[in-house]
Amino acid sequence: MTQPALDDIELPRRRTRRLRLSAAGVIGAAIVLAAIAVAAFGWAFAPYDAGAVIDTEVFKPVSAAFPLGTDYLGRDMLSRVLLGARYTVGIAGLATLLACGAGVCLGLFAAAIGGWSDAILSRTLDALTSIPSKMLALVLVAGLGSSTPILVLTLAFIYLPGCFRITRALGVNIAAEDFVLAARARGERAGYIMLQEVLPNMVGPILADFGLRFVFVVLLLSSLSFLGLGVQPPNADWGSLVRENISGLSEGAPAVIMPAIAIAVLTIGVNLLIDSLPGRRRERH
Amino acid sequence: MSATVEVSGLRVTAHTEEGGEAVIVDDVGFTIGQGEVMALIGESGSGKTTIALATMGYCRGGCRITGGSVNVFGREILALDRKTLRGLRGRQIAYIAQSAAAAFNPSRSIMAQVIESALIHGTMTAEAARTKARQLFRELALPDPDRIGDRYPHQVSGGQLQRLMAAMALINDPELVIFDEPTTALDVTTQIEVLRAFKAVVRTRKTTGIYVSHDLAVVAQIADRIAVLRHGRLQETGPTGRLVTAPEDSYTRQLIAAATPARRTAGDAPAPAEAAPLLRVEGLLAGFGAARPGALPPITALQDIDLSIRRGRTLGVIGESGSGKSTLARVVAGLLPAARGRILLDGQALPATLQGRNRDQLRRIQIVFQNADTALNPARTVEQIIARPLAFYHGQGDRQRRQRLHRLLDLVRLPAAVADRLPGELSGGQKQRVNLARALAADPELILCDEVTSALDTVVGEAVLDLLTELQRELGVALMFISHDLGVVRSISHEVLVLRQGRTVEAGPTEQVLRAPQAAYTKLLLASVPELRPGWLDERARVVSAA
Repeated sequence: MTQPALDDIELPRRRTRRLRLSAAGVIGAAIVLAAIAVAAFGWAFAPYDAGAVIDTEVFKPVSAAFPLGTDYLGRDMLSRVLLGARYTVGIAGLATLLACGAGVCLGLFAAAIGGWSDAILSRTLDALTSIPSKMLALVLVAGLGSSTPILVLTLAFIYLPGCFRITRALGVNIAAEDFVLAARARGERAGYIMLQEVLPNMVGPILADFGLRFVFVVLLLSSLSFLGLGVQPPNADWGSLVRENISGLSEGAPAVIMPAIAIAVLTIGVNLLIDSLPGRRRERH
Repeated sequence: MSATVEVSGLRVTAHTEEGGEAVIVDDVGFTIGQGEVMALIGESGSGKTTIALATMGYCRGGCRITGGSVNVFGREILALDRKTLRGLRGRQIAYIAQSAAAAFNPSRSIMAQVIESALIHGTMTAEAARTKARQLFRELALPDPDRIGDRYPHQVSGGQLQRLMAAMALINDPELVIFDEPTTALDVTTQIEVLRAFKAVVRTRKTTGIYVSHDLAVVAQIADRIAVLRHGRLQETGPTGRLVTAPEDSYTRQLIAAATPARRTAGDAPAPAEAAPLLRVEGLLAGFGAARPGALPPITALQDIDLSIRRGRTLGVIGESGSGKSTLARVVAGLLPAARGRILLDGQALPATLQGRNRDQLRRIQIVFQNADTALNPARTVEQIIARPLAFYHGQGDRQRRQRLHRLLDLVRLPAAVADRLPGELSGGQKQRVNLARALAADPELILCDEVTSALDTVVGEAVLDLLTELQRELGVALMFISHDLGVVRSISHEVLVLRQGRTVEAGPTEQVLRAPQAAYTKLLLASVPELRPGWLDERARVVSAA
């Protein structure tokens, strides 16, 4: 046996594989962690009862007593934003997780079996996509009544088809690659192939989709609340806070600007984090 | 002879992932005389294309020319501004890329694209350019030169498209033409026509050329001088004849040795003929687009195939692209069910479909795909990749499996440290070894090797061939070795089967078929493989024209 060629024996230098976030990723991670912490424990730090009318003056500017001013009834805005975090982060997070979880499962299933079942599933969900999301949400929430579980399920239902589409398309593409062919030739079952061979290779795009979809859910929840069909008073998510205080916009009251900023910061943070996750930068040779 | 191209001290660096700079071309210098063709030869990553592109003042994204000088026609290319460079490219310096299919715009007619650079540079009127193009088509021996320009890229063959790209490059009578692996993607019988056309054009027009290739035998036909590159450094430069017959550098010698693979199976005694074959294929018919399982497929890929492989022996399957050779492997593996015919493993009929075969039948036949980049799951570590068939077929305990994994890595000559690496962190040759180890993990009796060395550099491919022969000797495994490369098939096979358009052209013991071919197509194939000596192409042209 001759010696194998030198290039063939020397191992190339190993690339670092531990999680290394970029600066933007660190900022995103900090924002997301902060948002989750606020959603979970924010009420403990609220200076006042979020539902109580504290001051006679409405739309108060920023002051030491009211760090974010007061709202249209004279309630403390900081306490209300802290309370709203629970609804916005919680409902949107849950709904997105549900939508993506179910979408990925159905998408993989459709990609794995193909044929008629795939066609029926795909066309049904395509039909759902063709209904404007806001209208569908309005009809569902109006019909079923607004409560937190209904909101979560409605939002998840609306964003499921998009996630299904992406997963199915990725699944069909990856399933045509040689390593999947090799697994099929080995005699592997469809379940193993989909979960072990295909799924790990679509983590990146699916995470990116998760980030995007989370933003959509937050915005749709905000607009539902804005229309009065979202979280019901006296509780409020950040979207309802904007609506409640919309009359203060002409005065430039912090009560309407602060929750809007909170929404923007959260959505940007989620995307900064997800864009810098290692799976997003899967290298191809 | 005055030099038209003078490169000295050329240095190109590239950004690395870690943010540093890696030197990819270092201190390279050579001169090319007027009307001379200089070949840059080396394996992938040797910097040959980078150097060729630098003579146009171009470098790929992420790369930078950081030193040296490139003097073309008395002008310092690296000092020119973008506008002057743009005027030079396509007019005085032209480039012919490896894949013509990717270089042509599919939605415009060929003629429009061939004369485009004449119109851009305003060197001639559209009518004059079209006349010139037709003349070039004739010189390049293209069929129907007056009308081929009206067609679209998908309406001509790969070899024709490559020649049309040469016409595109030559339309402005450039003084320097860069050929970047222009025949690598072509079949041998096509390659030779294209080579001959290139050579004739270069000769009559006295074009100065840079010919980039990894194939010494091809280069020996067309180049006056050869520069051998490795890891971005020049190893040796010299006139073609001298370099091929009396190489001075050890790496050049290694390349030349790898270009003519030694016979690996010569010493083996012929197997007893009465031994029952391990695999027997009878009257096989397979194709694509069948309406239902078992129906005759509208597109036939394989027809009337009979073959047999005995234990511990290798059957080489030779064919050009579209001959059905890869389909044959897939049918035997069960990935594509045969429509007609029988596949017998050890005398027992194998079900045509994967679902019909039991786990043991699946285990005994393993398939290894051509491209290890796509055949290994990029998201799983080497250990996971190899351990899966161990668990799937043998279901041993963790400890046993780990031991077996290390044995397998040892068998394919990989260090144990690769176990927790991802495929993306290995070199091409190493990936192909992992690919093999995964097949071996099943403990197969037959391995179907589909072009396993085609994507590898010659020297690395040679090492993989050595490995295969050694494994066969140690484990007694039978191989079906599929390749378009006659030299490789000859080197490793006991028997060969020549396929053309899905049918068997010729079959028999390797030496018998390749030394005294009976079928005209086998003869043509054999005569088309370039030999590593200058002048072979001209001699062959005389033989063919005399015949």
